[in-house]
Amino acid sequence: MAEIHNYTMNFGPQHPAAHGVLRLVLELDGEVIQKADPHVGLLHRATEKLAESKPFNQSIGYMDRLDYVSMMCNEHAYVMAIEKLLGIEPPQRAQYIRVMFDEITRILNHLMWLGAHALDIGAMTVFLYCFREREDLMDCYEAVSGTRMHATYYRPGGVYRDLPESMPQYQTSQWRGKKDVDRLNKRRSGGLLDFIADFTKRFPACVDQYETLLTDNRIWKQRTVNIGVVSPERALQLGFSGPMLRGSGVEWDLRKKQPYDVYDKMDFDIPVGVNGDCYDRYLVRVEELRQSNRIVEQCVAWLKANPGSVMIDDRKVRPPRREEMKGDMESLIHHFKLMTEGYCVPAGEVYAAVEAPKGELGVYLVSDGANKPYRLKVRPPGFAHLASLDEMVRGHMLADVVAVIGTQDIVFGEVDR
Amino acid sequence: MSAIPGITAAVATPTRLEALAQAISLGVPGKLTRVVNTAGELTYEVAAGELLATAALLRDAPDLKFEMCMDVCGVDYLQHGRDEWNTQSATSSGFSRGVAHAAPRVGELAPGRRFAVVYHLLSISLNQRLRLRVFCADDEQPMVDSVTGIWAGANWFEREAFDLFGILFKGHPDLRRLLTDYGFIGHPFRKDFPLSGNVEVRYDPEKGRVIYQPVTIDPRVLVPKVIRHDNRYDPQLTNAPVHATSIAKPDG
Repeated sequence: MAEIHNYTMNFGPQHPAAHGVLRLVLELDGEVIQKADPHVGLLHRATEKLAESKPFNQSIGYMDRLDYVSMMCNEHAYVMAIEKLLGIEPPQRAQYIRVMFDEITRILNHLMWLGAHALDIGAMTVFLYCFREREDLMDCYEAVSGTRMHATYYRPGGVYRDLPESMPQYQTSQWRGKKDVDRLNKRRSGGLLDFIADFTKRFPACVDQYETLLTDNRIWKQRTVNIGVVSPERALQLGFSGPMLRGSGVEWDLRKKQPYDVYDKMDFDIPVGVNGDCYDRYLVRVEELRQSNRIVEQCVAWLKANPGSVMIDDRKVRPPRREEMKGDMESLIHHFKLMTEGYCVPAGEVYAAVEAPKGELGVYLVSDGANKPYRLKVRPPGFAHLASLDEMVRGHMLADVVAVIGTQDIVFGEVDR
Repeated sequence: MSAIPGITAAVATPTRLEALAQAISLGVPGKLTRVVNTAGELTYEVAAGELLATAALLRDAPDLKFEMCMDVCGVDYLQHGRDEWNTQSATSSGFSRGVAHAAPRVGELAPGRRFAVVYHLLSISLNQRLRLRVFCADDEQPMVDSVTGIWAGANWFEREAFDLFGILFKGHPDLRRLLTDYGFIGHPFRKDFPLSGNVEVRYDPEKGRVIYQPVTIDPRVLVPKVIRHDNRYDPQLTNAPVHATSIAKPDG
């Protein structure tokens, strides 16, 4: 009888460790991976084509839904591309707000990643702890934009509105008594900046908590050390960016190397790994949590001391204020034109990249002078990472596939677009 | 964990750009055409036949060292610069009549200027970026060489461009569709592909299975594409040189 060595197995698209809708066709020899063929596109919504049919500002909301755990960073890349083409620069305060929310977003993303990654490879508790802190940060999103996730907060030329003076309050319910609500609302008694300042004080101790659970944990190390090793040369070849690149020991961070907005005024360090395995990438991301917290602290201090405008005073892109529209016909017409037709962007092309939590998120924008983008291309970091999955898991065991998917921090909103 | 000491925050200043342009004219002589561009970025066009040799030089030359290919992007220039609503004359004729469905007008675009592949290169060691554009000579069957042998990371980006634009990459190890559905027909990001698509999916109770059928919704334009003349961005006017148009005109 012929001996059958390899067999093919379908992993996903409805597998809890597939992080969304990844269909992975695995060729196995026993439990050892011979070949992995990711089938993506199950979440393809043609965001870029949709953006071509809308005025520039109406696509900001689509950007949130790309990498739906680091919403504002996506918006940032998109509005930066438009700003570069228009040749405008947002006021200082708006830049600080953006940097602060970029870092809050980074913490949000890394917490989600840490919880889900730990859950995938066997640690339940971290997930619960991470979501405890995520809840506070989502409250910041809600306070500033009205939504917990898909904020649509950044605008070309600034941000939609200034930081609020008060935080949304919890209310008693069937599940939450007065004592609980009072405890939660105590931190929310001041403005948004007070709440964030309080968070930055609490957060380092929380990171210590996660680390206590994982960093020296024997099981955690068995599952991550020497798994999915990528050499620095290979990481460059494969187009890696963000923690995936830094985990391999390459010192590259757009916030330091090609700073945008006010990142050049921030004091923070870039963690770099040594071995390029899953464990090093874990250490890099955990350290990034601490560094992001430092940046948020600095932004809060500056924002408290420097009130001012958060939107550029350029009538070509900024709609008139509501008070002006009440008494001024021209303002009303102007507002109507900006909201319906939008503004025209000079012909040209631009590539704007931000250091998103997952790596370099680039937006390539081709404009032919119209009120809509001619071509919008989002360069998602996760796309390049997932493309190398085959290479990273070859020769590993089936269970390590889960660890590698986790360490790549894959989110299908951005891979499929 | 270490901080990066003495880090050089290199914003792309004009001098740096010119230095890079100088390095390129020395390192890759005669193969690249510089495109007038906006916002402090360098763009070059290269003939399809020269792509591989140029790419290898760009990666390996000591002054260039573009060791990373961050993005490969297909572009369809079919309707570039064409608006749907003429603002000069449409005011009296009304909004809805002003919207003309932009049917592809054959013959306006010079042959071989429809499909382009745009590469975004990054040099980590020298901290510089470059955009490279190559036009496909044949509009019916656009084809360029695959750069996967030079930058392995281009693999999926090229598959994506093939899937969405139908651009073929010669020498690609595994050129399959990537993002669209199994058995999808057409290349959805081409400008002559309707936004609503061609087929829709529904459950057919009689046949007892999911079927494909032609779309039942009419394509419509919610906001017409408008190109308004703006003195600030007019390349003819001397006081606005920053925002010169970036599309190089074909010869003649």
